[in-house]
Amino acid sequence: MVAIALLSDFRLEEADELELSGAWKLRLLSELPIGTVGVVESLELPGEIQHHLMHMGFVPEARVLVVRRAPAGDPTVYSIDGFEVALRRDTAKAIRVREYEGQSTGQR
Amino acid sequence: MSDCCGTTATLEVPVEPRVAGRIRTVALVGPPNSGKSTLFNRLTGLRQKVANYPGVTVEQRVGRLNGIGRGDLTLIDLPGIYGLDSYSEDARVAVDVLHGEMPGTPAPDAILLVLDSLQLRRQLMLAAPVLSLGLPTLVLLNMSDLMEARGGRVDTLALAQELGVPVAKISATRGAGLDAITHFLNRKADPLTNGNGAANGNGSVGTAVAETAVAPVTGRIELPVMGNPRSYRQWAHGVSSRTRYKAPISNEWTKRIDGVLLHKVWGPLVFLAVVFAVFQVVFSIGQPLSDGFGNLLNAGGDKVGLLLGHNWVESLLIDGVWRGVASVLVFLPQILLLFLFIGVLEDSGYLARAALIADRVMRSIGLNGKAFIPLLSAYACAVPAIMATRTIENKRDRFATILVAPFMTCSARLPIYMLMIAAFIPNKPLLGDFFGLRAAVMLSLYLLGFVAALTTARLLKSSILKASSAPFILELPQYRLPTVRSLSLRLMDRGKVFLRQAGTVILAVTMVLWVLSHVPFHTDLTGSVIGRLGHLIEPILRPLGFNWKIGIGLLTSVLAREVIVGTLGTLYGADPATQSLGLQAALRHDLTLGGAMALVVFFAFALQCTSTLAIVRRETNSWRWPALQFIYMGCLAYVAALATNQVIVHFVR
Repeated sequence: MVAIALLSDFRLEEADELELSGAWKLRLLSELPIGTVGVVESLELPGEIQHHLMHMGFVPEARVLVVRRAPAGDPTVYSIDGFEVALRRDTAKAIRVREYEGQSTGQR
Repeated sequence: MSDCCGTTATLEVPVEPRVAGRIRTVALVGPPNSGKSTLFNRLTGLRQKVANYPGVTVEQRVGRLNGIGRGDLTLIDLPGIYGLDSYSEDARVAVDVLHGEMPGTPAPDAILLVLDSLQLRRQLMLAAPVLSLGLPTLVLLNMSDLMEARGGRVDTLALAQELGVPVAKISATRGAGLDAITHFLNRKADPLTNGNGAANGNGSVGTAVAETAVAPVTGRIELPVMGNPRSYRQWAHGVSSRTRYKAPISNEWTKRIDGVLLHKVWGPLVFLAVVFAVFQVVFSIGQPLSDGFGNLLNAGGDKVGLLLGHNWVESLLIDGVWRGVASVLVFLPQILLLFLFIGVLEDSGYLARAALIADRVMRSIGLNGKAFIPLLSAYACAVPAIMATRTIENKRDRFATILVAPFMTCSARLPIYMLMIAAFIPNKPLLGDFFGLRAAVMLSLYLLGFVAALTTARLLKSSILKASSAPFILELPQYRLPTVRSLSLRLMDRGKVFLRQAGTVILAVTMVLWVLSHVPFHTDLTGSVIGRLGHLIEPILRPLGFNWKIGIGLLTSVLAREVIVGTLGTLYGADPATQSLGLQAALRHDLTLGGAMALVVFFAFALQCTSTLAIVRRETNSWRWPALQFIYMGCLAYVAALATNQVIVHFVR
């Protein structure tokens, strides 16, 4: 029998989660410089886009690495869960992250 | 609930199958870029049906499972989705099909869930909502050969246990591991032959052989809270760590190539070089290819015509049907060539980078970076350009791109431009010998179309296609070598779509035009219905500097722009191919400079192309958009031609 169990407790001890030591500062994803890692706090986007991004992995506690900016300086490429996605500044502005102010050793 | 020692048992999902134990329809589900289409092509072979789902512009692909010898089963390829919450048109279609609520599409009896094993941790997020549907499901870990080659691994048996459904490693590009699908379907289709299950095993698969893991039932499986992306992600991460998933080392090559192709200086340079190369090849190879093909078709038609003798049957078949069909077929070489390029760009992963580079510029006109390549293609022909807008996920941006694409100066406008410029514009040098007055007029016509496209795009995006925000989300896939197989399948597919959709409409319009220009019988073109129509509309065209002959030309060129040259040739009693000077002289005698320039301006704007109308109807799945486009572009053309003629009449002498 397949039972669908509710998984309400969050497993923060997962191996891939970043070690939460060091100082943290709340910022917007669009403000993070290249090469830094942010941990998603919250998203404030219109329903459809919010859903789309969350299903792509932009959910609270997800780590986002700022990879590079497009030659024209705007969309920026982010790496999340091992794949790359480009977001415009307007979209990235709506994502609040905690910036890790030490070495970003947690990234692969 | 059957279970035995882990060799044959699969988890029977406790939801009544549509016809107990029988599988007729299988749905292919997976996130975008998971290799779903490649697998679909593998499994169905070449016989597949491509259409739109009713009422939406989501493409529906259905085929028989001939690729694995199960031609009795139907495979439905669902749009690539991240989840089953109906946040997008694609997802809504997927949900409706999976629930059997899509009119005209049979309810699926089983699901093949394709996940990219290079990004399994994220892709597993889709498994939760799909498994909760309760249909018999086989999870396919695609590209597992690549994953293992790059040092990744996953315990498929543990994964099968976690998910409660069989799991198989496959490689859709190489066709490896597909027998797992056969086993799964055979067992599901015929529950009596439950004996010979798929090979069960664990550990490393070679690069070619894949394995199927069938889990012994352990009681219950855990699925996350439905509809909550955050718990999906937690669940997916939990599953992937419990199944000892080790992500492959990310492709260093992709990083290195991006270092150059997205470089501040080199990036745009390479981009321009690619754009220039595509443009150059489509014009320098595609145009002569299309012309040659067209001549061949016409010559063939003439040969057959000679055999038939000179009568009305010959006229209908050759002048009507054959010429009409040929006028569609001539586009084919250019379309295939363009799609070859777009295919290479897309499959290699460069198209996404090009969109990233072009986004800033395209945004200033209210479109996004993905619209760049389609709009560029429109300089060759609007038809493949409009078909190429499928890569734009955002529906409003896609429609806006479709609506402005026909403004780009396509190659079908060149014959009338060249004729009029040669006849009315003196070859005066402006900037040395390289840039003369004729070139300047030609260039301004290109610019005119470009500006009209930009203005229209802005207009659309600030009115009927207004977007609530700027949802440009661009996934950058890893670089890959495109395969000949997938490129040729794509060409066949697009070629077929074009021929079927445009062909039927063109055929009908051609027949109607032929009848109108031959009824009443035993009259020439001027005495026919269409000739009289030309006379009838002359008062409206007079302020533009056009006479009734031009009027007839405009009416016949609704079929395709280049038709006007032939019509004018017939009307002026000169064959344009051989007596080009005669036609030019006749035009000079009959038209003023104002009228001639008004005519080319009219052609820069008007949507005189049935193929485009037909393809817009297909891509927007409604006659409303092509009708709107035709009327809008027609009005714009009339006003612009009127202004041109009046300005030249009053200010130029």
